Amino acid sequence: MSTETAVAPEKKEVVKEAVPKEPLFSAKNKKLLTDPLDDDNPITVQVLGICSALAITVQVQQAVVMCLSVLFVMLFGNMIISLMRDVIPSRIRIIVQLVVVASLVILVDQILKAFLPDIAEKLSVFIGLIITNCIIMGRFEAFAMGNKLWPSALDGIGNAIGYAWILVAVAIVREIFGSGAISFPGIGQIKFLPASFYDAGYMNNNLMILPPMALITVGIIIWIQRSKNQKLIEEN
Amino acid sequence: MKFVENLLDNVKPIFDKGGKLEKLYPMYDALETFAFVPDHTTKKGAHIRDSIDMKRTMFLVIVALIPCLLFGIYNTGYQHYLALQEEASFIDMVLFGLWKALPLIIVSYGVGLGVEFIFCIIKGHSIQEGFLVSGMLIPLIMPMDVPLWMVAIATAFAVLIAKEVFGGTGMNILNVALTARAFLFFAYPTMMSGNKVWVNAEGGTVVDGYTGETLLSQAITQGANFYNTAGVQYASVSESFMDSFLGFIPGSIGETSVLAILIGAAILLWTGVASWRIIISGIAGGAVMGLIFNLVGPEVAPENLYLQVPWWHQLVIGGFMFGVVFMATDPVSAAQTEKGKLIYGFLIGIAAMIIRIVNPAYPEGIMLAILFMNVMAPTIDHYVIQGNINKRLKRLKTA
Repeated sequence: MSTETAVAPEKKEVVKEAVPKEPLFSAKNKKLLTDPLDDDNPITVQVLGICSALAITVQVQQAVVMCLSVLFVMLFGNMIISLMRDVIPSRIRIIVQLVVVASLVILVDQILKAFLPDIAEKLSVFIGLIITNCIIMGRFEAFAMGNKLWPSALDGIGNAIGYAWILVAVAIVREIFGSGAISFPGIGQIKFLPASFYDAGYMNNNLMILPPMALITVGIIIWIQRSKNQKLIEEN
Repeated sequence: MKFVENLLDNVKPIFDKGGKLEKLYPMYDALETFAFVPDHTTKKGAHIRDSIDMKRTMFLVIVALIPCLLFGIYNTGYQHYLALQEEASFIDMVLFGLWKALPLIIVSYGVGLGVEFIFCIIKGHSIQEGFLVSGMLIPLIMPMDVPLWMVAIATAFAVLIAKEVFGGTGMNILNVALTARAFLFFAYPTMMSGNKVWVNAEGGTVVDGYTGETLLSQAITQGANFYNTAGVQYASVSESFMDSFLGFIPGSIGETSVLAILIGAAILLWTGVASWRIIISGIAGGAVMGLIFNLVGPEVAPENLYLQVPWWHQLVIGGFMFGVVFMATDPVSAAQTEKGKLIYGFLIGIAAMIIRIVNPAYPEGIMLAILFMNVMAPTIDHYVIQGNINKRLKRLKTA
C-alpha cells in the first residue's frame, strides 16, 4: 500500500508551460490516456490496487461494476482535487484527498445499492474499500495536485482504464476456468465449454475461484506484458 | 554402449553452433550427459570436482523411491481386491496396480519434461535434471484414480509456476511435486480427498460396511478406533499400527508403507543425498506435537477424538513420513544451514500435526506444512547466519 509523493516539481513545470494554449488532445495529453494502459499500468507496472484485483475478479460482471465505480471516483476525484489544488494547504492535503474520495465512494455505494442491489451485495465491502485503493490516492498525490483540470481528467480516465483492462482480463480467465461460463446480468450465462467436455470428465477448476490464482494470473499477465514490452524489464 | 556413444558423437555437429538443429542443442546435451560423463571442464576459478553430479544425485533419489513405488503398485491392487472381497493372486494385484500407476508416471514425466524442454530451448540454457525426481514424486502422491488430464495440468502448472518462473532447477522456492499436489487439492477437491478416491472399486460390488476412507479420515471421526478398510474392526490399536506401518491401508500410491519409506530413507542417508537433520527433527517435531495433543486433548476438547490418537500412530498414517523423508529434504527448497535444517525440520513436524489435527478439512497437513516451511526456509537461514555473525562479533569484542 504505497502512495507516491511527488508533488512539488511537477507543479512548477506545469504552471510555466500553461501559458500557450494547447489543443485538447495534444500528443502530451494523449499520452496521459495511453500511458497507463501499458507502459505505466497501475497494476502491472506500479503494482498498486492489487487488493481489489485479487478480491473481485471471480466474476466478470463484478469486475466491470468495480471498474466503472473506480472510473467514476477516479475521474471526478482527480477533477475536484485539480480544481482545489491551489487552496489545499499541503500539510493537510491527505485528509482533504480522503474526504473527496470518501464522499465520491459513498455516492457510488448508494447508487449501486439503489439500482444494482444484487451486485452491490456481492461487492459488499470492496466498494467502500475503493477509498483505500492506492491507485486513486496515488494519482491525486502524483498528478491532480499539480495539474490543471483537463489533463487531470484525462489522467483519471487513463488510469481507471488501465486498471480496468487488467481486472476484466483476470476476471475473464478466472470465470471461464473457475465456473465454466461467464454470466451477464440480463442475458444469463454464456457457456464457453460444451457439455460434452463435462461428460468426458472435465471439471471446473476450484482453485481459480480462490484468491491465490488471481495473484498468479496477474503475475502471468505481467510476464506476458514484459516479454512484449522489453523496456519494462528492470535491470538487477 | 560404444554404439550409443558413436551415434551421439556422429550427430553432434548437427546440434552444435551453426548446425541445422542448433536450437535443439539443450535436448542433445541432456541425452548425452544422461548417458555419459560429459567432457565439460571447469572454465572459471578452481573447484573441487566430484564424480557425483546432479544427474547422479537425482538418480539416487529415484532409486530410493523404488521401494515405495513397488509397494504402492502392489497395494493399489491389494486394496482393490480387498474392497471387492475377491480372491486374487499376487500377480493379479501387481498387474492391476501397474495398470493404474504406469499411466500416471508416463503422464507426469511426459508433460513435465515437455514443459522443461520447451523452456530450455526458448531460453537456450541446458536442460537440468531436477524434474527427474519431481516426475517420480508426483505420481506417488496422487490417489491412483485421479484423471490423467488433471495430472497433466497440475504437472505443467507446477513446473511453470513453481520452477521455471523462478529461474529453473535450483532456483525454486517451493517443492515442485508438492505444488502439483496442492494445485490439485485445491482445484479439484472431489478427486483428491474424501472416501471415493483412494481405492478403486470398479467392476464389482463392495462388501458391506466398506468405506474406502483413509485411516487419516477415519481417525478424524473415530479417534483411535480405526476400523479396517473392508469393514473389519481392528482388535487393537497396535494391530492397525502394524498395517499402517507396513502399508496395507488406502492412500496415495507411494505414501502408505512406512517400511518402504524407511528403506528409501536409509538409501538417501547412506549416500548422503538427504539431510538426516531434517528427517530426524521432522519426525521429532511430529512426535512432540502429537504428544502435546495427546496430553491436553482429553481436557481441552474431550469430544474431539482425533486429539487422542496416540502420537506414535499419527506418525505412520497419512503422508507424514513420505513428506518428511522425500519432500522436506529437497535440497533446493529446504533450509541450507545445518542449524537451520534442524529448526526447519522440527517446525515442519509441528506444523503438519497442527494442520492435520486442528483443521480436519485439511487431513493432509504435511503437504501444507512443507510448502509453508519452504517459504520460511530463507528466513530461518538468515537468522541462523545472523546469529553466528553476532556470536563471532561478540567473541571479537571480548577478546
